[in-house]
This record gives sequence, structure tokens and C-alpha cells, in this order.
Amino acid sequence: MNWNSPAEFFAMGGYALYVWGSFGVCALAMVLEPWLVRQRRNTIVQSLRRQARAEKLDKEHA
Amino acid sequence: MSNRLINWFKYASPASFYPVAGKMIPWFWLLAAMFGAAGLWLSFFVAPTDAVQGEGYRIIFVHVPASWMSMFIYLVMAGWAGIGLALNARLSGMMAQALAPTGALMAFLSLWTGAFWGKPMWGAWWVWDARLTSELILFFLYLGFMALQAAIDDPRRADKAGAILALVGVVNVPIIYFSVKWWNTLHQGASVSITKAPSMAMTMLWGMLLMALCLWMYSIAVALTRARAIMLEREAHADWVKTLAEVRA
Repeated sequence: MNWNSPAEFFAMGGYALYVWGSFGVCALAMVLEPWLVRQRRNTIVQSLRRQARAEKLDKEHA
Repeated sequence: MSNRLINWFKYASPASFYPVAGKMIPWFWLLAAMFGAAGLWLSFFVAPTDAVQGEGYRIIFVHVPASWMSMFIYLVMAGWAGIGLALNARLSGMMAQALAPTGALMAFLSLWTGAFWGKPMWGAWWVWDARLTSELILFFLYLGFMALQAAIDDPRRADKAGAILALVGVVNVPIIYFSVKWWNTLHQGASVSITKAPSMAMTMLWGMLLMALCLWMYSIAVALTRARAIMLEREAHADWVKTLAEVRA
């Protein structure tokens, strides 16, 4: 084990800004990207659903 | 004999690839989480402090895997693009398009974490060094590929134009990889070499490999999810899309 206390862990031997700046941005990116992809999927699925409903209504009223 | 061979062309159509990809995605997320947890544990709690760089060297555990993935994803993307050009298969273009943003993200993370490592160790966020510059060009190649595809309305023509750009850009990948050998650079040499015995502690090496596997599984999961969205967007009027359970009215 390298650390004697949580404070020592977060200080990263004086390199806190650089280590956490690297890992933090990577973590943020790996949360944001899947979220954006999910949004993209929801958009297209919703538009396809609307289309299907419209076609169904068209058939019922024909 | 024929029934013993898997008919790979069957999966080359979006209609049959879409459900298969949907079943695989959760497993890749699970693998990414497992490799990530193990990799982070090794990176922060098992790998020893570096004699020269202290705790600052721990950036390696995310910098090297992101850099590997940025190059590897480019090769896979160019491979799909090449298959698309040669066989004129619809799926290939969709896969290349799905990989590009994730590859661009990995190239960005490689540059970002590199800057955050360069500042404390070299005293500069950025230098115009061969390794850094060629990685920056890779990032621009991804952006160029995405911009070119977005600028062409007809998706099949966009695929072809993008494929040529992707294939020409492949020349940059060996330049990045060998840049530290070909030129005298500030950047250190390859971290892992097949021909040399590893020069770092085994725990460091394992931490890096596990983090690389995590990013690999993550990239597959995200790219497959994006590919499925692209399939729906492009094939919105196809019968197979209309019969999907998630789409039916």
C-alpha cells in the first residue's frame, strides 16, 4: 500500500493537479460520450415511433 | 461442409447485425467496468511510486492506453472503410462512421493527459515534438473524417469520400508509432516493446494493460451503440426497422 491516509492519496505527492486533471477529464469524457450516444439513439427511436403511429392512424382512417 | 461454416456475410446486413450488437453491448460494458476497476486498483494502490517522477508518473495508466486506442481505432476504422470501398457493403460505412467520434475522443484524451504529464515533467504543456505533432495530426484526421462525412448529404457518397480520407490518413499511424525512434524527441521511447524485456515493474505493466483493456471494451460498447443509432437513422424506411419492438406504435 502506497498511502498512509486519504489526504496523502488525494495529494498525489504534490502532483494532484496533474494526476487528477488527467484521470478526471478521462472519467468525464467516458460519462459524457455514452450519454450523448444515448440521446442520439432516443431521438431517432422517438421519431420512428411517431412515424409508426402516424402511419397506423392513416390506415385506420383510410 | 457448408453448414459447419459460419456465414459471415449474413451479419454484413444491418437487419441481422442490429439485434446481435444489441445483445453484445451490455457484456462489453460489464467487461469495461471489471477491467477498469482492476486497472484502477493496480494503478493507484499496487503499483509502486516511481523513483524519478514520484506519483506524477501515474498519468501513464491512462495516457498510454488512450494513445494506443487512438491509433488502434483509426486502423479499425480505416479497415472498415476499405472493406466498404471494396465490397460496397452498407454496414462497413456505418461502422467506420460509428468509430470516428470515439477515436477522436481517445486522441483528445491522449493529448490532454500528455499535456498534464508534460507540464510537471518537461515544464511545458506542449512542445512541437514529432510524437506530439503526429498525434495532433491524428486528432485532426478524425475531425476531418467526421466533418467530410457530415458535409455530404448522400450517406453512401459520404462513406466513399470518408473512406478515401481514412485510407490516406493511415500513413500517419506508423509515423506516430515510430516517431520516438526516427527522430530525437523529448517524448520518451515506447513504454512496452515486443522485442525487449519490460523495463518497468510488472505491476505497472499489468495496470497499463488492464486499463487498455478497459478502454478497448468501452470503445466497442460505445461504438456499437452509436452504430445501432446510425443504422436506425439511415434505414428509417426499411421494413426491418418498422418491425422492431422498440419502434412499433
